[in-house]
Amino acid sequence: MTTIERVQAALSGIAFTVQAPRDGTPTIEVAIGDAKEVVRRLRDGAGFETNTFVTAVDHHPKSPRYEMAWQFLSYRHNDRVRVHAKVAGDAPHAPTITDLFPGAAYSERECYDMFGIVFDGHVGLKRLLMPLEYDHFPLRKDFPHQGIEPDRLYREWDQRRRERSPIEEESTS
Amino acid sequence: MTQAHLGHTHDRPQGRVETFEFAPGAVDKDDPLHGELMTLSMGPQHPATHGVLRIKVILDGETMKYVEPEVGYLHRGKEKTCETLGWRKFFVHTDRLDYLQPLMNNCAYAMALESLAQLSVPQRGQQIRVLLMELSRIMAHLIYLGTTAIDLGAVTMFFFTFNEREKIYSLLDAYTGHRMNNTYVRIGGVYADLDERVANEARKWCEQFPQKIDEFEKMLTGNRIWFDRNRDIGVLTKEQCMAWSLTGPNLRASGHEWDLRKNRPYSGYENYQFDVPIGTKGDCYDRYAVRIEEMRQSVRICLQVLDALQQTKGGDYLAKDRRYVLPPKELVHTSMEELIHQFKIVTDMALPKGEAYHAIEASKGELGFYVVSDGTSHPLRCHIRAPGLMNVQAIPVLMHDRLFSDTVSIIGSLDFVMGEVDR
Repeated sequence: MTTIERVQAALSGIAFTVQAPRDGTPTIEVAIGDAKEVVRRLRDGAGFETNTFVTAVDHHPKSPRYEMAWQFLSYRHNDRVRVHAKVAGDAPHAPTITDLFPGAAYSERECYDMFGIVFDGHVGLKRLLMPLEYDHFPLRKDFPHQGIEPDRLYREWDQRRRERSPIEEESTS
Repeated sequence: MTQAHLGHTHDRPQGRVETFEFAPGAVDKDDPLHGELMTLSMGPQHPATHGVLRIKVILDGETMKYVEPEVGYLHRGKEKTCETLGWRKFFVHTDRLDYLQPLMNNCAYAMALESLAQLSVPQRGQQIRVLLMELSRIMAHLIYLGTTAIDLGAVTMFFFTFNEREKIYSLLDAYTGHRMNNTYVRIGGVYADLDERVANEARKWCEQFPQKIDEFEKMLTGNRIWFDRNRDIGVLTKEQCMAWSLTGPNLRASGHEWDLRKNRPYSGYENYQFDVPIGTKGDCYDRYAVRIEEMRQSVRICLQVLDALQQTKGGDYLAKDRRYVLPPKELVHTSMEELIHQFKIVTDMALPKGEAYHAIEASKGELGFYVVSDGTSHPLRCHIRAPGLMNVQAIPVLMHDRLFSDTVSIIGSLDFVMGEVDR
């Protein structure tokens, strides 16, 4: 039984298309609304035990703009599967899979941090790599590589530091 | 010492900012030994966090009740940089991911691109890559061993392992011309052939190294302090490893036999004889033991590669596909055709439209590159699947309700490098 047959058997009743990426990894595309159920069935029905990564691709200025990519690995069957789903809109949302794969938590946080995709149901979804106060999503295609006000946070911090007098500093400790 | 003095939140603007949160119910109020909670920020300059990792801890006495790693202090935007620089120029940046094994990162990236371009690497090129990858693995494991041991008080180990690492540096210096950040792997092979002299030096080093590992083991394996500080600390089960996406030595120490070199071979690993060590308990000590054995197996592979390199002497080490591989300099100077190829590759090397993922068994686990191309010279997306990030993610799982002194063993044994975690 090939990987894609196993996936097809597990996903009976859900609409999906099979893609052929250049590396030969079995890849399916599903609707974003079905994604959670697909991941659940891949884990329980098709034997994919571990999540390798969760990420997104920004197709700006095309629409729909974002494309989610989840990849899973099955130790039992020694194969991988990749799941794609298109996400549209200025405020993109995707379902979380952290209740199925807790190890996806950091990947989802990173994806939120970089693309601004909100993972519904993710407990403690916040920025991972960028500062918490940061306003932009750097891996979006309309974000310039040199950054937007890259030193704003530093200047704010420095300003606060200068405003605090040494006497106040002493009294707070 | 108050919370404000420890400097967590007092100068952050309020509102959107996530402050120190504490899960209610984590402390048993009726416990007569329960004391005042203390919040402690370990890092980002703490020597035992092996880089700029910050760990927020809430302590009840010496027991850690809440642990949260905070990463991102070394974030340099590598993925964005890749999109800006283009496929070819990103090679130098892969060195700076896990800077303890630059050549391994080069290989992983090159293989992802080759998978996208569907380009095959000549046999000699693959053999040289395997040699470089195994030397890198030993280098990374030596750092693990030295730094973890010095954190637990065994200062001598640090000098022992760095001595050996220095010798590998000299080898790489002789071959690539650099000690660190070598960037010697190209799409389609390696930049230059491995000459006889370097191969002989490498063989000499490989032959003496197992005795050095014996010495390391003499220092640590039966050592009472090492044993007490690692045995039964940070226990991870097989199922936990799978759920938390842990790979590499950490997974194997939990007793799961999975090695991409064996299970999904690349670069001709199927041609070499080696064993995959696994642990039984999944504690810090097993992770140590697995890495020690992996170094022995790496030496075994290196020696086989050096034998195999004798067979392919004079063979191609770089593919000849002129869409992706630079022509030799002497041809560029004499042939118009090759000059055009060189110009095209340097200015605008496009990869075919599509996506690919390739993962290798790096020293920390599964290092993969997920690359998406729209058919131009600049990637649409280059995602780096860093094993270290998953290792950091396991920190709260392992540290919860443990004693504070265990942090050092656990952080050391999980083995991550912030360059790769933060990217």
